[in-house]
Amino acid sequence: MGDFWQILGESFRLIWAGDGDLMAIILLSLRVTLTAVFLSCLIGLPLGAAVGAFRFPGRALVNVVLNALMGLPPVVVGLVVYLMLSASGPLGPLQWLYTPTAMIIAQTVLVTPIVAALTRQVIEDLNTEYAEQFASMGVGPIARVYALLWDGRFSLLTVALAGFGRAVAEVGAVLIVGGNINHVTRVMTTTIALETSRGNLQLALALGVVLLVIALVVNAIVMALRASAVRSAYA
Amino acid sequence: MPETVADLVEDGVLPLMQANGLVFETGGGRLVDGLSFHIAEGRRTVVMGPNGAGKSLTLRLLHGLVQPTAGDVLWRGRPLDAAARANQAMVFQRPVLLRRSVLANMRFALAAAGVPRRDRSARALEALSQARLETLAHRPARVLSGGEQQRLAIARALGCRPQLLFLDEPTASLDPAATKAVEDLILTASDEGITVVMVTHDTGQARRLGQDLIFLHAGRVAETGLAAERLNQPHSPQLAAWLAGRLWLDGSDNTAHEASAR
Amino acid sequence: MMLRRSFLALGIASMAAPLLARDRFIIMQSTTSTQNSGLLSAILPQFTAKTGIEVRVVAVGTGQALRNAANGDGDVLFVHDRAAEEAFLADGHGLARHDVMYNDFVIVGPPQDPAGTRGLNNAVAAFTRIAEAGALFASRGDDSGTHKAEMRLWQDVGFNPTTVSGTWYREMGQGMGATLNAGIAMGAYVLTDRATWIAFRNKGQHQILVQGDPRLFNQYGIIAVSPESHPHVRADMAQELIDWLLSADGQAAIAAYKIDGQQLFFPNASRDN
Repeated sequence: MGDFWQILGESFRLIWAGDGDLMAIILLSLRVTLTAVFLSCLIGLPLGAAVGAFRFPGRALVNVVLNALMGLPPVVVGLVVYLMLSASGPLGPLQWLYTPTAMIIAQTVLVTPIVAALTRQVIEDLNTEYAEQFASMGVGPIARVYALLWDGRFSLLTVALAGFGRAVAEVGAVLIVGGNINHVTRVMTTTIALETSRGNLQLALALGVVLLVIALVVNAIVMALRASAVRSAYA
Repeated sequence: MPETVADLVEDGVLPLMQANGLVFETGGGRLVDGLSFHIAEGRRTVVMGPNGAGKSLTLRLLHGLVQPTAGDVLWRGRPLDAAARANQAMVFQRPVLLRRSVLANMRFALAAAGVPRRDRSARALEALSQARLETLAHRPARVLSGGEQQRLAIARALGCRPQLLFLDEPTASLDPAATKAVEDLILTASDEGITVVMVTHDTGQARRLGQDLIFLHAGRVAETGLAAERLNQPHSPQLAAWLAGRLWLDGSDNTAHEASAR
Repeated sequence: MMLRRSFLALGIASMAAPLLARDRFIIMQSTTSTQNSGLLSAILPQFTAKTGIEVRVVAVGTGQALRNAANGDGDVLFVHDRAAEEAFLADGHGLARHDVMYNDFVIVGPPQDPAGTRGLNNAVAAFTRIAEAGALFASRGDDSGTHKAEMRLWQDVGFNPTTVSGTWYREMGQGMGATLNAGIAMGAYVLTDRATWIAFRNKGQHQILVQGDPRLFNQYGIIAVSPESHPHVRADMAQELIDWLLSADGQAAIAAYKIDGQQLFFPNASRDN
């Protein structure tokens, strides 16, 4: 196996070269993952906030289930989504299998429990602080969830980033439901898997470094946004 | 000489609030044991007593944040319900401010109180200017000083125009100047006719603000009456001991227990 | 506010991007060997240029490709396990099977060759020596065409290696490339198709030790998924692809694909089966 600097050099060469195929793969990776994270937040934030903010029978069970689902193996998610979307599955007529839509669904299933479980923790802590004040003000349940989410927004950004990290690095599920079809459903992780199976370990590692750089850039952008928003909103 | 609450009731004037035999138990312990007293409308009542007497809990029972195990809380002679609670506001010992601007904190409370959107800004700015916070309207609420934060909490409560304002040791962690500003704000609210019920540990503050006094000891009412009068001439041994800086222990020879500090 | 807006904008922008590219496409369920060797990406663009039909290749093990196609998740099946392909037809999932091309399997191993198999042209004899020496052997173990070919060889040896699985016999449960990577790292013998081996870039010290046994012949067949059992399949376009692969043009394209001057697949189309 080539040495570390050679691999690093190769990865930067790949990025600077701006190879069209690689750019398309990077863009697809980002599109699929960001969409999945967005959908996961749409579902997971209110869900986690509701579990964190309200007392109801079975709440402990919901907590346990959410925490357990955080550890869902991607391959299992991929298989379940495959069985749903397969032509002989219940959602077959939609013809979503082997499309980016299928990958978005799989990643959404994978990431939503993470977003929900981490959101629950953030909101529960915040709710401990706010509960009496809200009760005193007579804040209704919907307004309460909304206010907790809004006031927890900076911590929740980190939650979304955790979801992003899980989704962007995931290969098992997208490989099964996307099929790793060139120019259609090939993303960074499936490309890395493919190059590894071709024995192109250097290229695979270089692509891994590229993926790492992308994740770093996304994290840096979000954290910069967060920092500027924090300055203008609260301390 | 102002009339006492008891006199008012005898005259047929309904008190704003009544506690009838309030009991609160938790985990086998009885924290509040048969409280009965009146809150007169338009007056400032101070609730005092040693640590663990049940002062904060009493405020929460009156505000409906905690349900009594037994006994009733009455608002204008009727059980406390959501509509009645909407006429109350509470300020906590440590102000609970949202992670938003000063103005957004005001608007949030007004929205919760059902004030129409178009009226909120005007109402918010009015309450802020009363608390002398209008120049800070766009600052993040949680970077204000302790005194400013507590004034904002009070302004937020008053902005909703409650008939009764509960305050739970609102100046406990403030310096004298900030305490003065908060007391002025409370007096202004009182002058506008808002009934004030306030927990305090500070005898000086009780003398400055209190008209009526409820003195609690070990979950029971030890003494009620006019604050100015009772703080000078306590009737109960518990209040006398407290004012003298002694711990009063039920059922023992209290002269033996001199507290080193109060 | 700004934060919420930019987050929303990001979400909406990524949602709005078109999720489907073109409409004229078919899905081919194929094996890792055809993809990893680079054959399909070399010849399929020629077909697309001629017909305007895009071929989307899902490259998995033959076993999984057959199951996916049986579920109707593909328009055409291009694999290398004759017995399983005929079972697929018998179950009514496919229209007809056509030979397209062949290559062969080879046994690769470490240069020290602990089982002494070098130069044998009898795969069964080689497997026997490996088993007797208890030399490390990395098996696909994934129900793929290559795995089934390997199991047929063990049957001829008269030995069931799964009884010693985990000792010298290692079932990888992975694709050809992953099995090669692992087998080379642990100094094990590996049965691989020649095309994948030639195209493989992480050979280490491993070399071809055994080849040339007729039992190592590896036939690829193509089947159009039946629109009768799966009404939504694009049978017309699948047939166009099959016709092209079996035509002189398609066969020439297969023969022309070389790596390092070596031809990887040998066309042998026959329309009657």
